[in-house]
Amino acid sequence: MIEQYNVYAAKLLPPEELFASGHKACQGCAPALALRYLMKALGPNTIVCNATGCMEIVSSAYPDIAWGVPWIHVAFENAAAVASGVESGIKILQRKGKLAPGRINVVAIGGDGGTFDIGLQALSGMLERGHNAMYLCYDNEAYMNTGIQRSSGTPFGASTTTSPAGKAIPGQKTVKKDLLEIGVAHQIAYAATACTSYPFDFMEKVKKAFSYDGAKLIHILAPCPTGWRTNPGEVIKHGRLAVQTGMFPLYEVDHGRYKMSMDLPFLKPLKMYLSPQGRYRHLSEEQIAIIEANLKARYAKLQALCRITAEV
Amino acid sequence: MGKRKGVESSIALADSAAMCRIEAIAAYPITPQTHIVEHLSEWVNDGHLEAEFVPVESEHSAMSAALGMSAVGARTFTATSSQGLALMHEILFIAPAMRLPVVMAVANRSLSGPISIWNDHSDIMTDRDIGWVQIFAENGQECFDLVPACFRVAEDKRVVLPTILNFDGFVVSHMIEPIEFWTQEQFDAYLPPFDPQIKLDVRKPVAMGAVGIPEIYYEARLAQQNALLNAKAVVVEAFAELEKMVGRKYNLVETYKADDADAILYLMGSLSETAMTAVDNLRKQGKKVGLVRPRLWRPFPTEELVAAFGNVPVVGVCDRALAFGHEHHMVAQEIRALFYDAPHRPKLVEFVIGLGGRDVTIGDMEHILNRLLEVKNGAPVGPVEYVGVRK
Repeated sequence: MIEQYNVYAAKLLPPEELFASGHKACQGCAPALALRYLMKALGPNTIVCNATGCMEIVSSAYPDIAWGVPWIHVAFENAAAVASGVESGIKILQRKGKLAPGRINVVAIGGDGGTFDIGLQALSGMLERGHNAMYLCYDNEAYMNTGIQRSSGTPFGASTTTSPAGKAIPGQKTVKKDLLEIGVAHQIAYAATACTSYPFDFMEKVKKAFSYDGAKLIHILAPCPTGWRTNPGEVIKHGRLAVQTGMFPLYEVDHGRYKMSMDLPFLKPLKMYLSPQGRYRHLSEEQIAIIEANLKARYAKLQALCRITAEV
Repeated sequence: MGKRKGVESSIALADSAAMCRIEAIAAYPITPQTHIVEHLSEWVNDGHLEAEFVPVESEHSAMSAALGMSAVGARTFTATSSQGLALMHEILFIAPAMRLPVVMAVANRSLSGPISIWNDHSDIMTDRDIGWVQIFAENGQECFDLVPACFRVAEDKRVVLPTILNFDGFVVSHMIEPIEFWTQEQFDAYLPPFDPQIKLDVRKPVAMGAVGIPEIYYEARLAQQNALLNAKAVVVEAFAELEKMVGRKYNLVETYKADDADAILYLMGSLSETAMTAVDNLRKQGKKVGLVRPRLWRPFPTEELVAAFGNVPVVGVCDRALAFGHEHHMVAQEIRALFYDAPHRPKLVEFVIGLGGRDVTIGDMEHILNRLLEVKNGAPVGPVEYVGVRK
């Protein structure tokens, strides 16, 4: 029904909570929301391969397991490799008739540290080999689990515990790695960005990803009030501002074709996004101007990619 | 006895794994293990083996993917050496904790640096305490015979632990030997299909690899220790059934002319074949020397070793890796510990030999055995001797 009318209502979602409440995430944790939506989109025929990180820790302190589906955690940098094994194992067992036929969704989940940094090689392997699995990177833009250290997903200027806003060096010196482009470079079936503030967009993307065989990647921005030093009651608002200011554009790359997920008539002033966040409090007007100029250029490039790839 | 054919040990080992009807392979190339996974990919690509061969991008991912394969219930195999084993190190500890009965062949090779592709035991000594069942094969026939034994032990419901088959790189792996193959019927009779009690199954969800809070971790680790110690009886069974099937006898501890020996040399891996010749040569001179070596290394066969050494007055120990910063190396440490509580404590003479592929000759072994006899006759034990090193 959802697909037919393109109309969404929360009541059309399955009521089952396959990522149950009662887990140990912080107040206002958007990555936990991402997992809840993910499981609503995928349903029970799913196996989750979780990298070490916040979401693994908060959801699996034995015996309090938040997962209603088969779930495996091995280590930090290898969620994509474990998922590759799970997918291959299912494939051969189904081929030999030892496992009932039918689709089993295999999902690897990692944070930005577990994906952009330590897990990048395993991710590349999974994407390149074309395993019929999806990698979900929940990006809260730093190593939150170990206490807010910078990752290569931390944006320029952000203050973290290893890129503190000092007098000589004002926060993160580098720009955020473009994870989705790395995924796209593997010529995978489907890659998309998403944000926990747009749950229906995210869930639709998850379903679309699994409508294709082969490897797929979704990169979801999931605000972390603890690490961003924001009000836990406002994570939805901050996620929306990330999208509406152009800081985190929502788009998909479907078999190489770029498409913006929403038409923004204009980009809201970046300050609206930055100023409520403690991690950006130290930024000067000049630094904000640099960030804003960069994001506008990147946004324009994405729009151009949409135009170009629509024609090919 | 069946027909023997001349075949490289690595190829025989791969054939044996394929005939175990392995279902999933995650592999990365590293010398001198490479022939095994190359040959397995031929089995798969020629359509002779119904299995998924995943050519992963690192050994770290090889072990990680292997755990994923095993977790859904596929019989899983991999192989590695040296740096590859070292790169797996982190995940090696997790496999037995998750009770995933992967079988891995390790072609023992030195560790960097300096980089060396040649044989010694630095790799596996570094991964001694990973919690896997560990077995040693000393020649091509043993490589072939012991792969199904490894799967049988690993997947036994009383064990459910990953298992390593160690064999020497190049010295065994690349040697062409006359090897007696089992028939497929013998494999199928010896090794039942993998039937895991717990797996990742959407019809019956389980969580694998949960967080071990302080109230849980200690008990979980001890349960794993007990599982590994209890595996010994199952290895005995597996070897007994193997003997019934093909007539070759394997023991937890192998001995050679040790019963009446005045001195016994303890060594691991393929050096024993060189040492046996040396023993025979000395026996011809009326010198009563013998050998003891572990077939099963983990769980450590303490009682069997104590029994094998008996009341021998002198024991020599060969190490093929260094315990940097300690004057007694790994194997010597283990044997020293063995005798601490033993009813009879022999003199212990320690040797290091064959590091990084340095040739070990029959003459070297005769020298070591003669040295043991000198100690028996009153010569001082002395510090560890580095045999074959240039002064």
